[in-house]
Amino acid sequence: MIVGITKESIPGERRVAATPDSVTKLQSFGFAVLVESGAGLAAGFADEAYAEAGARIASTAETWAAQVVIKVRPPQDAEVDRLNAGQTLISYLYPAQNGPLVERLIERGVTAVAMDQVPRTTRAQKVDALSSTGNLSGYRAVLEAAHVLQRPMGGQTTAAGKILPCKVLVIGAGVAGLAAIGAARALGAIVRAFDTRPAVKEQVASMGAEFLQVEIDEDGTGQGGYAKEMSPAFIAAEMALFAAQAKEVDVIITTALIPGKRAPILITADMVRSMKRGAVIVDLAAETQGNCELTTPGEAVTVDGVTIIGYTDLPSRLALQASSLYAQNIVHLLDEMGGAAKFGIDESNDIVRPMTVVKQGVLSWPPPAISPSHPPSLPVPWAPATADSPARAGSPTPPTSAQPRPAAKPPSHGAPAGNTSWTVIGVVGVALFVIGLGAPQNFLTHLTVFVLACVIGYQVVWSVTPALHTPLMSVTNAISGIIVIGGMLQIGGGLTSAASIIGAIAIFLAALNISGGFLVTHRMLKMFRR
Amino acid sequence: MTMTTSLLTTSYLAAAVLFILSLKGLSHPETARRGNQFGALGMLIAVVAVALHMGILASPTLIGVLAVASIIGALVAARVAMTDMPQLVALLHSFVGAAAVLVGLSNHMAPAVELTGIDKTIHDVETYLGIFIGSLTFTGSVIAWGKLQGVIRSKPLLLPARHLLNLAMLVACVWLGWVYLGQGHDGLQTLLIMTAIAGLIGIHLVMAIGGADMPVVVSMLNSYSGWAASAAGFMLSNDLLIITGALVGSSGAILSYIMCRAMNRSFVSVILGGFGADEGAAPAAGSVAITGDLVPTSAEEVVGLLRAASSVIVVPGYGMAVAQAQHPVKEIVQILRAAGKNVRFAIHPVAGRLPGHMNVLLAEANLPYDIVLEMDEINDDFPKTDVVLVIGANDIVNPSALDDPSSPIAGMPVLYAWESAACIVFKRGKGAGYAGVENPLFFKPKTKMLYGDAKKSVDAILSLLKA
Repeated sequence: MIVGITKESIPGERRVAATPDSVTKLQSFGFAVLVESGAGLAAGFADEAYAEAGARIASTAETWAAQVVIKVRPPQDAEVDRLNAGQTLISYLYPAQNGPLVERLIERGVTAVAMDQVPRTTRAQKVDALSSTGNLSGYRAVLEAAHVLQRPMGGQTTAAGKILPCKVLVIGAGVAGLAAIGAARALGAIVRAFDTRPAVKEQVASMGAEFLQVEIDEDGTGQGGYAKEMSPAFIAAEMALFAAQAKEVDVIITTALIPGKRAPILITADMVRSMKRGAVIVDLAAETQGNCELTTPGEAVTVDGVTIIGYTDLPSRLALQASSLYAQNIVHLLDEMGGAAKFGIDESNDIVRPMTVVKQGVLSWPPPAISPSHPPSLPVPWAPATADSPARAGSPTPPTSAQPRPAAKPPSHGAPAGNTSWTVIGVVGVALFVIGLGAPQNFLTHLTVFVLACVIGYQVVWSVTPALHTPLMSVTNAISGIIVIGGMLQIGGGLTSAASIIGAIAIFLAALNISGGFLVTHRMLKMFRR
Repeated sequence: MTMTTSLLTTSYLAAAVLFILSLKGLSHPETARRGNQFGALGMLIAVVAVALHMGILASPTLIGVLAVASIIGALVAARVAMTDMPQLVALLHSFVGAAAVLVGLSNHMAPAVELTGIDKTIHDVETYLGIFIGSLTFTGSVIAWGKLQGVIRSKPLLLPARHLLNLAMLVACVWLGWVYLGQGHDGLQTLLIMTAIAGLIGIHLVMAIGGADMPVVVSMLNSYSGWAASAAGFMLSNDLLIITGALVGSSGAILSYIMCRAMNRSFVSVILGGFGADEGAAPAAGSVAITGDLVPTSAEEVVGLLRAASSVIVVPGYGMAVAQAQHPVKEIVQILRAAGKNVRFAIHPVAGRLPGHMNVLLAEANLPYDIVLEMDEINDDFPKTDVVLVIGANDIVNPSALDDPSSPIAGMPVLYAWESAACIVFKRGKGAGYAGVENPLFFKPKTKMLYGDAKKSVDAILSLLKA
């Protein structure tokens, strides 16, 4: 099984899909590796280094004829024409945007695996090239901005006067956004960040940025941890927020992408014009037409003194590191695909299957929906309360036509409201009938109250969050001190009889319980903070 | 103001609704405090309304008793250490049990209204049942307290033929009940004998339960104390008591159920006696042999690992509570978080000796609750974690629950601590956990053991980190 590492043909692309290190690893999986001459030069890897690692340096034609062709960017038309049935291509493909490319791949009868279609699961992270490069893009975006900016990022008080720290706004706190926050903070800037997914607030804070919020309460968490499109009201509110921020900040870094769609316009031309002269916008969404209305993909333009950087090659500007990470992602992917011995597309592999866009000339994208990875370790009957875990809240129900794996057996235990059997109903019915025959009205009234209270208690308690089970216990304990009423009903006027003395002791114990229980619960709850 | 019966009823209604809102409030930490206040308000309304209705609001007896008890309760509540919470809760349960017994006895001696016929029979059954549950709750809770406090050995006491013994005592109580119904007013002696037998049942039941099952026991007793209050309500024809008792009873029952499921154990078998102890606790013949060595480590080495790590998960267990190590743990976490590391806590549903015990301790140490995650939320993340610190936990990170069907804890959901790049186990000595089960995690190549008192180990790491 031969793997071919091709040279990138798009001008300015410096990355390469393998490093001498990864070549060694690929060989250990049983692959023979061909590297196109000069493929790694721009990233700092000479042909000799690959040869030393055991690869064979080959011509363009020979590399493209390998059984598995690996590259970074989507192939150009001329390159697709080099491919033939039986070959496998691994690269970025962006099938949603590149319809014609996918059609050509189908025509050629190849198998095509898209590095941009890695599922967002824990197991798949080792293959996730978008994350590994997003991290670098975010870092580089800050440096590009700092480079253009006519002042330092950090603040200082010097003999010659005060240097005010830069204010940086990062829109979209994904991998790239968080990396940008970290880099900007490291340079000393004041960083603010915005994201439609409230769950990332903590991550933003942990990177040292202020999390900006709009007044509208809407969760933008979409399937697979990505953001989804928001309601018009929310968009209006966030645009107002951006407009206000634009006047204030020195740098805006936008990273808002919606998978498979044009990037949303977040910074309008008017906002750009309202910014300070000398301010910088870095648009990391430039490749999908940009988050800024005035972005020119691939270029830096200046409008009214504001520089808008729309470079689409930021990872390529860190070619050495970006290549190493991408190469490592490729190594993991080929491992998942079975190494050289069992190489192929395993339909049941939850990483490889979603990444496969074309399989032997047949379109297999988009893949059937898969459920987010949650091991069936402990079925959670109180899920409605804990479902604030955003990945689940936002995920739509999988389409019924797609059946990727047998549906997990619904938990048979848990709140059995849904599966009360007819037998139980029958038994209860008979029991009620018998009781109804003999019991006096007075008792039945109490029984009614009792049963209804049990039902309410049952419903209410399932909604208690597990973290509060100890306070729940102590508060119910305090509440069960209501038995004090029983004692009070017994003592009557004073301690005149044995019955009333016993009643008084009961009151004493119950009251101890009440004050102790409520106060200790209060003490505990006071400690829970966000 | 005179308290008419109608006003009393509406007060009861208000109190009952407040109690429900109180439980409802606990669905989220942010609403929980108000929930607690609702509960207290409901209680106040109920007590004042009854006192007004009975015309005893100004009774020195009542005021005296309430005041003294409240002050003692408040003092205890203010002083108790958070690590002693399980004992306190158990002790408070015993008070409710005892109060229920006393109310029942008092009611037997001086019933509020004379009843006849079927009404009287029902009333007597209610009284009898209330005392039975109350007595069982009382002694059971006292034993639970003793075990948690360490006064009584936490090892299960397993008498021969204990199921038969329980059954015999239960039958005796039923028979005595039959006798009592015939005796009516003269049945005080019968009642007292039954109270004693019920007390023995309570003692015997809880004595047979091991330390690891304490969360179940405590929540079960919580449930019983509710049912006792409910029975008293039937006896006194008091709807508020019935409602409240039912709320508490179902709450405790659900908690017990959750705990049992978290340990993959049947509720009945836990209640009826001990754990893995059914037919002798000898290790099953087919149990998987553990290979590998215990590799001890030092605080210095752990600090090195932590400095190099970018993501850390802390798995606290009862050992952290015992050693009171939560405060230095929090400081370590703060330092690591300040250094930009992703530090989180993984809480197993039965970690500690009470449901949610770990959450309370970590909250006491002032850790933000959103880095404290439940098992299901975090179990997927272990493989991408650099260092896991297992502090005083054992059975809840035992891989044999998953891969050794003959293990006594087989099938119990556990935290996948062994999937991380490195796992540090803080442990006092080389003994097995409460379940008495050997833990293969300790022998895994990626696991290192940091022996010694958890507090001292954690303190050592903290001072090295600060240096």
